[in-house]
Amino acid sequence: MALLEIRSLSKVYQRDSQAIPVFENIDLDIDTGEFLVLMGPSGSGKTTLLNLIAGLDEPTTGAIIVGGEEVTAMSRRQLAAWRSDHVGFIFQLYNLLPVLTAYQNVELPLLLTHLSKKERREHVMTALDVVGLSDRADHFPRQLSGGQEQRVAIGRAIVSDPTLILADEPTGDLDAKSADEILTLMQRLNREFDKTILLVTHDQRAAERGEAIMHLDKGVLTR
Amino acid sequence: MKYARLVWVNLTRNKRRTILTTLSVAAALFLFVSLRSVVTALEDAGDVGSETRMITRNAISIVFVLPEAYYNRLVAVPGVKSVTWAAWFGGVYRDPRDWFASLAIKADSYLPMYPEFIMPDEQREAFMAERTAAIVGSGLMERFGWRLGQTVNLRSTIFAPDQEWPFTIRAVYEPSEPAVGDEWFFFHWEYLYENTGGRMTPGWYVLQIEDPALAASVARAVDEQFENSRARTRTETERAFQTSFLTMWGNVGVLVNVIGMAVFFAILLVAANAMIMAARERAAEVAVLKTLGFGDRLLFVLVLVEAAAITVGGGLLGVFGAKLFFDGTEFQGAGFLPGFEVKWATIAIGMGIAVALGLVAGLVPAWQATRLPVAGTLRRVA
Repeated sequence: MALLEIRSLSKVYQRDSQAIPVFENIDLDIDTGEFLVLMGPSGSGKTTLLNLIAGLDEPTTGAIIVGGEEVTAMSRRQLAAWRSDHVGFIFQLYNLLPVLTAYQNVELPLLLTHLSKKERREHVMTALDVVGLSDRADHFPRQLSGGQEQRVAIGRAIVSDPTLILADEPTGDLDAKSADEILTLMQRLNREFDKTILLVTHDQRAAERGEAIMHLDKGVLTR
Repeated sequence: MKYARLVWVNLTRNKRRTILTTLSVAAALFLFVSLRSVVTALEDAGDVGSETRMITRNAISIVFVLPEAYYNRLVAVPGVKSVTWAAWFGGVYRDPRDWFASLAIKADSYLPMYPEFIMPDEQREAFMAERTAAIVGSGLMERFGWRLGQTVNLRSTIFAPDQEWPFTIRAVYEPSEPAVGDEWFFFHWEYLYENTGGRMTPGWYVLQIEDPALAASVARAVDEQFENSRARTRTETERAFQTSFLTMWGNVGVLVNVIGMAVFFAILLVAANAMIMAARERAAEVAVLKTLGFGDRLLFVLVLVEAAAITVGGGLLGVFGAKLFFDGTEFQGAGFLPGFEVKWATIAIGMGIAVALGLVAGLVPAWQATRLPVAGTLRRVA
C-alpha cells in the first residue's frame, strides 16, 4: 500500500479574473521507504505540488492521502498538528532561524511535542549526530557554511522522526561538494533509516541519487 | 516555559528597537502614574475635611474677605457650636519659589477645632503666649532646615510685598494623616490685623456644627441671613470647600485624565508600529514555523506575549520608577499636594494599562501571523 496517494489533483491560481492552471488531474503514489525525485523546469509546479502534499496550500480539486489520512480534508488546525507529526520539510535556502543555535533550530519541532527537556536533548543530539554536526550544536547559522546550514535543516526535518521528508531543491544553493554531501546524507536517511523522501530538483546529478524519477512539465506528470 | 526562549530571542534580535520601545512605554507610564497620583492627592485632600466643619466664604470668590461683624451672627445660627476664622497670607521665604501655604488664624478658637494638627502641649502654650509666634509643619521645617525657636522672616504676596514679617517658630505639628499635609504655616490673626493697620478682616469663617445632618440647614440659614448684605456668603461643607479650593485653577481631574488618555494612545501607536515592523520582518520565519507544525493559536499567543513583554517591561520601569522617584524626593507639589504618593492602586492601574497596551499593540501582528499564507511567503523569499 502506498504511503502517499495523490488522486486527480488540480491547482489553478487565480490572478484577478484570470485563471492560471498549474497542473490538472495528477495521480501519484509513493510507497513507504521510497526515494522519489521530481524533476521539471522552473514554473512547472514542482514546489506547488510539494506545498500541497505538506498541506501548506490548498488544491483546486483532488485529494491527497498520506498514511490513510486525507490531508486535503483537514482543517488548518488539524493540518498544523499533522505536519508536526508526519512531515519533515527541507528548503532550498535552509530557512534556519538566525537567532537560534543549530541545537535550538533542530529542537524547534520537538517544542510541539510532550517530550521533556532531557528527552528533547537526546533527540536533538541524535539528529545532529546523524547529520554530522554534533560538534556544532552551539553555533549560530551565520557561523556555519551553506552545506552545514543545510545539514542543520535536515536535522530539523528528521528530529521528530516524520513519516515523509519533502525536500525542495535542497542543493540548489550549494556548491558541488556540499551538494554531494547533502545528497549522500539523504540517501543514507532513505537506506539506513528507511525514510520516505520526495525530492524536488531540476539538477540531473541530484536526481540520479533517487530510486525513481518523475517529470512534471506543462501540467503533466510522467515517469 | 519551553517557548520562553523563542520569545526572548525575538525580543533581543533588534535590541535598539526593543529598548527604545520599552523606554517610550516606561516614559508614558511614568507620566501617567504621576498625573494619576496628582488626582488621587487632590481627592484625598478633599476628603480630609471634617464632616462637622463648614466654611463660610465670600460668595463672589475666596479672594474677597468677609466683615468681622459676621462673627456674632454666625455664632447665633441654630446648630452652630463654635466659630473661628482665618485668612490667607501668601507667605514666601527668601524667594517667591519658596512658597508654602500660610494662614493667619484666630488661634484660641481655630486650634481646638483642628485636632488633626498634632503638637506637644508646651509648644502650643508657647505659641499662644507670643504674638509673633508661628506653628510650622514638620515637613516645612525639614524643607528649609528650620529649628524650633528660630525667627524666620517671610514676605507676603498679598500684604505689603516689600515688608518683611518676622515670626518665631514656637510649635511644630505633625499631621494626623499624610493628606492633611505637613507644610502648613500658622500664625496669629492679631499679628496680621495689627500689621495691616486694622484694615484686615477674616478671609473665611469656619463653623463647627453639632451634627453633620444639620449641614444643609445651617448653610441655608447662614447664606439667607447675608443675602442682602454688602458681602454675600457661600456656606458649604469643608470637604466641598477643600475640593473647590484645590481645583480653583481648573478641573484638574478631567485635564489630567485627558492628558493620560492622549499619552496612552500615543504610546499605543508607537508600540503597535514597533510590533508590526518586527512581525513583518519575520514573516518568512513565521512561515517556516508554520511548516514545522506551529499552529495559528500558538503563533498568535507567542506574538502577543512578545508585545506584552515589551510593554510590561516598560510598565514596570515607568511605574516603579515613578514610585521610587516620588518616594525618594518626598514630593508634595510645593505644599499644594499634601500626602502626594504613588499608591498601590495607581501602580495596579498602571500595570493593567501596560498589559492592555501590549495585548492591543500585539493584536494586529498576531492576527497577521495567523493569516500568513505559508506557500506565498516562502515563494517570495526563495
